[in-house]
Formats: sequence, C-alpha cells, structure tokens
Amino acid sequence: MSVTIALRDLRALLGSPFGWVLAAVGYFVLAWRFLQLVDVYQLELEGLVVQLDAAYGVTELVAAPFFGDAWLLLVLLLTVAVLSMRLVVDERQQGTLSLLFAAPVRSSAIVLGKFFGAGAFLTLLLLLWALMPFSLQIGTALDLGRLLAAWLGLWLMGLGLLACAVLASSLTAQPGLAAALTFTFGLLLMLLQQGSEASGALARLSLLAHYRPFLAGVVSTADLAYFALLAVGALVLAVRRLDSLRVQA
Amino acid sequence: MSKEILVQASGLARRYGERQALRGLDLELFRGEILGLLGPNGAGKSTTLRILSGTLPPTTGSVRIGGYDLFERPLEAKRLLGYLPEQPPLYPDMRVGEYLRYCARLHGVPRARSRGAAEEAAERCGLGEVLNRVIGNLSKGYRQRVGIAQAIVHRPAVVILDEPTVGLDPVQLASIRSLIRELGAEHGVILSSHLLPEVQSLCARVVILNQGRPVHAGTLSAESARREVVLVTAHAVDIEQLRSLSGVEALEVLEPRRLRLRLADAAAAERVQQAVLGNGWGLVEWWPLRDNLEQLFLTLTHGEGA
Repeated sequence: MSVTIALRDLRALLGSPFGWVLAAVGYFVLAWRFLQLVDVYQLELEGLVVQLDAAYGVTELVAAPFFGDAWLLLVLLLTVAVLSMRLVVDERQQGTLSLLFAAPVRSSAIVLGKFFGAGAFLTLLLLLWALMPFSLQIGTALDLGRLLAAWLGLWLMGLGLLACAVLASSLTAQPGLAAALTFTFGLLLMLLQQGSEASGALARLSLLAHYRPFLAGVVSTADLAYFALLAVGALVLAVRRLDSLRVQA
Repeated sequence: MSKEILVQASGLARRYGERQALRGLDLELFRGEILGLLGPNGAGKSTTLRILSGTLPPTTGSVRIGGYDLFERPLEAKRLLGYLPEQPPLYPDMRVGEYLRYCARLHGVPRARSRGAAEEAAERCGLGEVLNRVIGNLSKGYRQRVGIAQAIVHRPAVVILDEPTVGLDPVQLASIRSLIRELGAEHGVILSSHLLPEVQSLCARVVILNQGRPVHAGTLSAESARREVVLVTAHAVDIEQLRSLSGVEALEVLEPRRLRLRLADAAAAERVQQAVLGNGWGLVEWWPLRDNLEQLFLTLTHGEGA
C-alpha cells in the first residue's frame, strides 16, 4: 500500500512545476559553486600541488570539498524543507487526508509511502548532484571509492532530514510552518557540533559529525546506525502523530 | 427481518470540546436499501457519516460494518466501505482516470484490475469523456461526480455519500439519482441531505436529525401510502358521490370548487379522477400534498434559530 502512495507522490512531484523548479534552483546554485571550486583548483591549487609534489589531487581538493561544502548542505536543507510543504500537510490542506483515512490503509503505510515517494525524488536529485564531481573523471583519475562513500553519506543525511520533514509536515496544518520547522530542526542538528567540540555528548548528536567520516571515505557502522536511528525515530513519531490525527476532528 | 445487516450503529455520540454534536443515535442499514439522513445544517449529519466511515471515532457507541467492528478491526471494515466526504477528496493535479485507479489501489483492488474498475466507475458516473482531464480544471458538478466515482470504484458493500447532489445541474441530478438507486439495489447506501424532496425521491427509510439528536426514524413508504391531494375543478361537484368512492378516506371542502382528499392508494386516485372526468366537472388541478414528514421537517428547520 505504501508503494501505491509513494508512486502517486513521486508522479505528482515529477509531473508538476514544483519538483522541477525545486531541482533546477538547487542545481543552479550548486553548479555555480562547483565551478568556483574547479576554478580555484585550476588557477591556484594545481600549481602548488605540482611545486610541492604533494600527495593531493582533484578528489581531495575539488570533489570532497564539494560534498562537504556549506552551500551544498544549505541547498540540501532548503530542498528538504520545501519538500516538507508537500507530504502530509498537503494532504491535510487539500482535504485528501480523509481519502487515506477512510481507506483500509494503516498510518504506518501512509507515512512510509510519503517517505519513499519524496525519498525517491530526493535520490534522483542527489544523483544529479553527484554527476558534477564524477564528471571530473573525464579529465583526470578520481578516487571513486571515496567519492561513492561521500555520496552515500550525503544520501543518508538527506533521507534522515527527509524523515524529519515527514514528521514536521504531520505536525501542522500550515505548509509554511512545516518548512520552517524542518529547516530549523535540520539547521540545529547541523550546528550542534559548532563550538561544542569539547563536550562530546552534543557533538555525537550532530549530523555533521556523522557525515564528515563519509567525506574522508570512512563508512562506519556507528555513522550508518546514527542516520538509520534518526530516520526511524522521526518516522515512528510521524506514525504516532497520524494516529492521533485520526482521533481528532 | 431476513435481510443482511450491513451497518449497525448503536449509541453513537460525539462531542467536540464543549459542543455535543451528536447523541444517542442508533441506526441499521440492510443490503439493498437506501437510508437517508435528513436535517438542517449543523444537525450532525456530516459528523454521523464521518463516524460511520471510520474517519472520526465516536465519543461513545460502536459501529459494525458487515460484522466487523469499525474501530477494532478497521482494515477489514473499511474494505467494505466507500465514502464521499462533504468536500470530495480530490487531488487537483491528477487526471480523472489516474485518480480513480489510485483510489481503487488504495482500497485493495489488484493492480491488474484497477484500470477496469476505474473505467467502470467513471462510466457509471458519466465521466467517460473526461477520463484524461486534470481534476483541477473540471467544473463543480464533474468534481462531485469524480468524488462519487471514487466512493464506488472498489464496489464496496456500503456506500456513504455526504450530500452527493450538491452542485449538480438538473440533468446531472437525474443521472446521479438513478445511479444512487442502482447502487441501492445491489449494495447499501447511506446518504445525507438537507433537502426533503431529495431524500423522498431516493430513500426507503429516513432518519431525521436535529441539533445532534435523532427526532424521527422510520420508513417513508408507509407515510406516503396515505396520500393527500388537493383537487380543483371547473364546476361544482357532487361531494357525496366522491365521498362514497372506495379508497377515499376523508374529504374536506376548502372552497366551493377546491377539495382536499385523503386517499388510500393509487387506485383510489384513479377512481376519483375518472369520476371527475366522467361527470364533466372539469379537472383543473390535481395537487398531491406531501405527508406529515414534510410538516415535521419544516417545523424542525424553522425552529432551528429558536
């Protein structure tokens, strides 16, 4: 049942200007940023690397910084926040939630359907983003393993944030509020690490602390578990929330 | 009664915070029957239908659909239900056919059969030529019909329609009414309306709600079997002759050439008409009065503001 809902949502995203504009705007910003990184490498870094005979290459100086770039994280966060304006809150606004509630469909299937549908869209977006750094392969040799790890980290972080977006969109009847909630919560999760390097407990909750190892090519169980817990936790809360929505007027 | 009970609700009550929207409602629906829920605006019709469709739990009371408790076994019970809410639950950016297929899938129709089910429901609701149109571009009447098609696409045993004929033009109205009659023959239908003629033309049984309370529950046919008619003639009539006709239960002279008759059945009506024509009294008007249900309903509706 969740597959049915997911397919409808994915089709709705791909069939409307909403999805395409969202994809295009984000892609434009990121392409600009990527070009800057390539430029800096060509004009400044390449010469240095050759002079010093350093063991750095395009992977370390362009591709990995691209995945770790603050602008990329911001675009990801904004994209997920805008996506949260659809999801559950959209069904509530259109009055179509009653269709789902009257159908023999569990709340968990609705939540998973929403998550998978938007998740498939987000995956497509992130695959497009990955084309930029991977395109450098045409001109030079990249450390593909490391780049794949970085992309995996980005994908997992995106899905974790998306799960929070599903939760946020179930909490309110206003799409704008859902987006603001998602953005704030996501930003907070990212900022946790800033200035709290000393106190390890908070930093351990930070998204970025678990994302950085992927950029270095390290895929560890702890980081995988963190993103899985984040996603599952948010989705479970969203199911709870839908169950309580059924009881309300 | 040997007929299969599809819906059995007992002791339904619903409270929204301070406001008691519904109390003490019992109702039953049998297969092959159309039950009307009648009442002025705000009487609790939509609340009742939302409870019966499983989208709103009652504060107290229980609902059984085809033997399953709606709130303990919701998945089994809801498979037997089709529901058109007050506001049709439509996705404005979907096409009609695509939307109906989605609804069929949501209600457990296998993928292979969903296209056929969607086309059949669209055909029955007169949506054949708009299957490929985007719902957001359709007129109100078409949207309402898409809403009805959505409720019947999985051929549910029980169809619940909240004000199904709102926004339809007279031609569409007639076709939707005949569709509802058709549905009532094979399934069970519960519909709500604030229009008495609507309910009278469709339903065998009616529950009248006022301010959240059922004030009348019964069959319509028993009441309308006693017909009252106002007869206006061109010339003076022989009152005793008319009174002696079999089936004329009461006769009242309103004005010299204006009579009020109570008739037992349709045959009596025919005898009276033949007598009027045969004696050359000149039939000017034959004006059936509605039964006392209308009286009751009007009292309720007018007493609403009090």
